Amino acid sequence: MSDKLALSISHLHKDFRLPHERKNSLKEWVLHFKRPSYEKLHALRDINLEVKKGEFFGIVGRNGSGKSTLLKIIAGIYQPTHGQVRVNGTLTPFIELGIGFNPELTGRENVYLNGVILGLTRRQVEARYQEIVNFAELEKFMDQRLKNYSSGMQVRLAFAIAKEAHNDILLIDEVLAVGDAAFQRKCYKVFKDIKQSGKTVIFVTHDMAAVQEYCDRAMMIQDSKVLMIGKPREVALRYEVANAAVAVERPSGEAKPGKTARPRNPEIKLIKIETRANQTATTDFRLDDDILVDIDFKVNAKTEAVQFNLFLVKPDGIYLAGINTIGDLGQFKPTVGKHRISCKLSSEQLPKGEYFVNTGVYTYAKPPRLIDILDTSYGENVPKIMMTDRSLTQSGEFFIKGEWGHDEKVS
Amino acid sequence: MAKSNNLSLIRELVASDFKLRYQGSILGYLWSLLRPLMLFGVLYVVFTKVIRIGDGVPYYPAYLLLGLVLWTFFTEATLSGMNAITGRGDLIRKVAIPKYIIVISTNVSALVNFSLNMVVVGIFMVAGDVPLRWTLLVVPLLIAELMIFALAVSFLLSALFVKFRDISHIWDVVLQVFFYAVPILYPLTFPPQRIAEFISINPLTQIFQDIRWLAITPQTRTTENVFNSQIGRIIPIAIILLIIVLAWWYFRRSSKRFAEEL
Repeated sequence: MSDKLALSISHLHKDFRLPHERKNSLKEWVLHFKRPSYEKLHALRDINLEVKKGEFFGIVGRNGSGKSTLLKIIAGIYQPTHGQVRVNGTLTPFIELGIGFNPELTGRENVYLNGVILGLTRRQVEARYQEIVNFAELEKFMDQRLKNYSSGMQVRLAFAIAKEAHNDILLIDEVLAVGDAAFQRKCYKVFKDIKQSGKTVIFVTHDMAAVQEYCDRAMMIQDSKVLMIGKPREVALRYEVANAAVAVERPSGEAKPGKTARPRNPEIKLIKIETRANQTATTDFRLDDDILVDIDFKVNAKTEAVQFNLFLVKPDGIYLAGINTIGDLGQFKPTVGKHRISCKLSSEQLPKGEYFVNTGVYTYAKPPRLIDILDTSYGENVPKIMMTDRSLTQSGEFFIKGEWGHDEKVS
Repeated sequence: MAKSNNLSLIRELVASDFKLRYQGSILGYLWSLLRPLMLFGVLYVVFTKVIRIGDGVPYYPAYLLLGLVLWTFFTEATLSGMNAITGRGDLIRKVAIPKYIIVISTNVSALVNFSLNMVVVGIFMVAGDVPLRWTLLVVPLLIAELMIFALAVSFLLSALFVKFRDISHIWDVVLQVFFYAVPILYPLTFPPQRIAEFISINPLTQIFQDIRWLAITPQTRTTENVFNSQIGRIIPIAIILLIIVLAWWYFRRSSKRFAEEL
C-alpha cells in the first residue's frame, strides 16, 4: 500500500449467516444434529475504496445499506468474508460514544474506563483528564455517579473523551445528533481542528450539510454496494434524490459509480419537462410569478399505480425541494398513451437564482421503484429556470411580503 | 493497540468490577473473606465433631481452609471467566478490543480475592502452629499452575458459552461433582485405592495436595504417593496442557466471530 494512503479496501465482501432457527442450547444442537440451515445475507459486496492520508471522507447511505457494517470492518470489529482491508497508521477503534460507560460508576471512574477502552493508557488518561473535564464542562459533577447525569451531560463527557483518544485515523458514526446547540458548535469546531491537524477522518452520517461542509470526498452505499464515490456535493445530491419525498429503490445493474443512465425501455417514458408563466413557455421568472411545470410522458403498457416527483436542484448540485403527486393525484393510474400533467409552483417561494427542474416517476409501492427519470445529474436535458427580482416595491434575495400601515398621529 | 494499554485495560476492568461488586454493601470487601470463612466454619464443625474425617490429619483447620480457598479461587475464576465474553457484549460489539483481555481481567479479579484469602490462611497457619518449612517457597509455582489451569478452562468455557448457553448449567454440575471428587474436605488417604487413583487424575487434586504437602504437612498424601511414581504428576499436567491447546485453538478460532454472534 502506498504511503499516501490511510486506508485501502479491495474487493471486500461480507456475508452474515443467519440461522433459520437459532440453536442456542446443546440439547437443540444434539437433537437436530444435522447441519443447521443458514440464510446468507450479503451485507457488503465488492467494496473498493482508497482513502488518502489527511482526507476527511464521508460515508452516506440509508439505514440497512451496509455502511455500519463497513465501519465495523474498518474498525476491526467484524472480519471480512473475502477481500482485504489495510489500515496505515493507528486507528481509533470506536464507532459509538461512551462505550463501556457504567451508570453506577462516577464520572471520573467512567473517564478512565472509557479512555482505556478507546486505546489510551492510564497515564495518558491522567494527563488529559483536566482537558476532558473542561471540555465537557462538568467540573462539579465528576464525583457523582453517571446515572445522575442528564443524557446531554453523558454525551458531552463521552465526546470529550473520544476527542482526546484520537489516533491517526478517526472513525465517527453519527455523533452530532445529540447535545444542545452550543455543544454541537463546539463539536464542529473540534472537527475543523482535527481536519486542520491533517488527521484522516472517516465520517458516517445522514447530515448532508455536514458532508458538504467537512468532507473532501464522499461515498454513497446502497444495497450493500458502492453507488458512487465523488465530490461531497454530488454524493449529497444523489443521497437527497434517493431519499426525496419517495424513498427510491434504484433498479439493480445501474450502480456504476460516477455516471448513471436512465432505465431502458421503461413502462412509462418521460418525454419532456417544460416550464411556463401563464401560457408562455419561458425559463425566466419573477419572484412573484407562479411557475407552471408541464410533464409529458407516454405510457407503453398498463401499469400499477405510480407517483411523479418534481424536484428542484441548484446548479452546484444541491438538492433543494421536491413535491410528489401523492397529495393531489393519489394512486395515479394513467392509461396507455400520451399524457401531460402539470404542477403549479406558487409564487414567492423561491429566492433569486437558478434552478434545475427535474422529474422522476416511481411505482406507488413501498419501497418505490424508479421507472424513469429526467435529472441533470443523469445528464438529461431539463429546464434551468432563472428567478429574478423585478419588483418596484420589493428588493433583495427573496420576495419579501409585508404590509405597511399608518397610525395617523402619535403623541 | 500497545501492550501498555492492555495492562491499563486489565487494571481498569478489574478496578471497576470491584467497585461495582461491593457498592452499597456496608461490609464491602469483607464479604469475599467472610464467605469462604463461614463455609469453613460449618465444614470444620461437621468434619471434626460429627463425621471426624479430619481427625487423622495434622493441622486440619489450616489444611481444610487452604483447600477451600484454593477451591473458591478456581470456581470464581472459571465462573466469571465463562461469563466474560457474553457479559461484555456491549464492548465487543462496538470496539475492537482484544477479547482475551476481558477473560484475563475476570481471572485477575478472582486472583485479587484469592490473595486476600491467602492472608487469612496464613493467619490460621500461624495460629495453628504449622511449622515453617523451606518448601513454602515452591508454593507460588503450584499456584501459577492453578492459575494457568483456571485461565485455560475460562478461555474454553467463555468461547463455548457464546454458542451454547447450556454450558453454564453443565459447568455448575461439574463444579458440584468436583467439590466432592477432589479431596478438599477429606484426606486422600480416606477413599479406597482404586477411587483414590481415579481422583488423582484430576489436575485440581494434584495441585491442592501438592500445595498442602509443601505448606502444611509432608504427611499429606499427594498424587505421586497414590501412583507411587511421577505418573501422578505427569497425567494431571498432561491434562492441563491438553486443555491449554484446546482452549487456545478454539478461542482463537471463534473469537473472530464473537462480535457477530453476541
